[in-house]
Amino acid sequence: MKPIDIADVQAYLDTFENKPVYIHLETTNGAYAHHVDEKAVNAGAFIRNAKVVFTRGKITGDNGTFRVGLKLDSGWIYTEGLTDWTVTDAGELLLAGHDQEGRLFVALQISERPFRYE
Amino acid sequence: MEKHVVVIYPHPDDESFGAAGSIVQFRKQGIPVTYLCGTLGEMGRNMGNPPKANRESLAEIRKEELLAACNVLDIEVEMLGYWDKMIEFEDLTEVALHIKGYLDNIEPSLVITHYPGHAVHPDHNALGKAAIEAVRMMDEGERPVVWAQAITRDYRETLGEPDVINDVSDEIDTKMKAIFSHTTQAKGVLSQFTQGGLSEETIQTEIKKRFSTEEFYIWDFHM
Repeated sequence: MKPIDIADVQAYLDTFENKPVYIHLETTNGAYAHHVDEKAVNAGAFIRNAKVVFTRGKITGDNGTFRVGLKLDSGWIYTEGLTDWTVTDAGELLLAGHDQEGRLFVALQISERPFRYE
Repeated sequence: MEKHVVVIYPHPDDESFGAAGSIVQFRKQGIPVTYLCGTLGEMGRNMGNPPKANRESLAEIRKEELLAACNVLDIEVEMLGYWDKMIEFEDLTEVALHIKGYLDNIEPSLVITHYPGHAVHPDHNALGKAAIEAVRMMDEGERPVVWAQAITRDYRETLGEPDVINDVSDEIDTKMKAIFSHTTQAKGVLSQFTQGGLSEETIQTEIKKRFSTEEFYIWDFHM
């Protein structure tokens, strides 16, 4: 993946507007957070292949970390802390936030076809 | 002497961090070892540093790393195809029967897996439970011995002295080579066990010390 260029990502987000798309959304601090630091709590969530239509997708932010909001007919999808992006050979838009050690802590991915699930 | 050893853990790299030394000891005696690997670790957060994998490419990359590690350890590997993080949400009996199919076919004399409830990661606890259930389903006279591995910080206080304490310092170089076959994972996992600001040499010494013993509890099916 490469550091986010806000104009390039916005152009890709625009291509997914107003059509059914599959979303992968996740955040995690790792399965060993509490094991490594007893004061920490393991926190995480993911949704793989939620099918939605968004009417507007927008990326904002600065200083190397970015937010993306997707406006749905009845709600929102929100992601914070994104740093890097790429588009796969299958045309999937991948956005992720990585810490200084390269570990993923947040991801938002959009595709017209389901992401691999088995 | 063992006839065939089956190692059952959920993630590519669990075999290297957890049991590589014991595995190498078995292989030195010519005993076949098969690793049943539950998932491809596709939901892991270590992507390499700098990141070389992404969420969609991680499964394939970790599969290659797993094959490389199993090549270093000179063992067979079967991938069970579960989704990383989700084993505890599968039907326990279905997973146990899936595992039992392999055990009925391989007829091992020893199974190595995680100690359910004392293995930190939910996948470890769930697959360990299913593996032990698979052995429990067998006729008593045909059951392999089960070595269960606990990795909580206080397992010795909770469970007492382990039944098997393997000194694997003679096998540590091969074990480290297997660990580092998991290119995207090794450094991220190891950095959790070492303090910052230490020299590379000190870190290597610390790691070797930490991973030079492998401990297991022999599962008691009558308790």
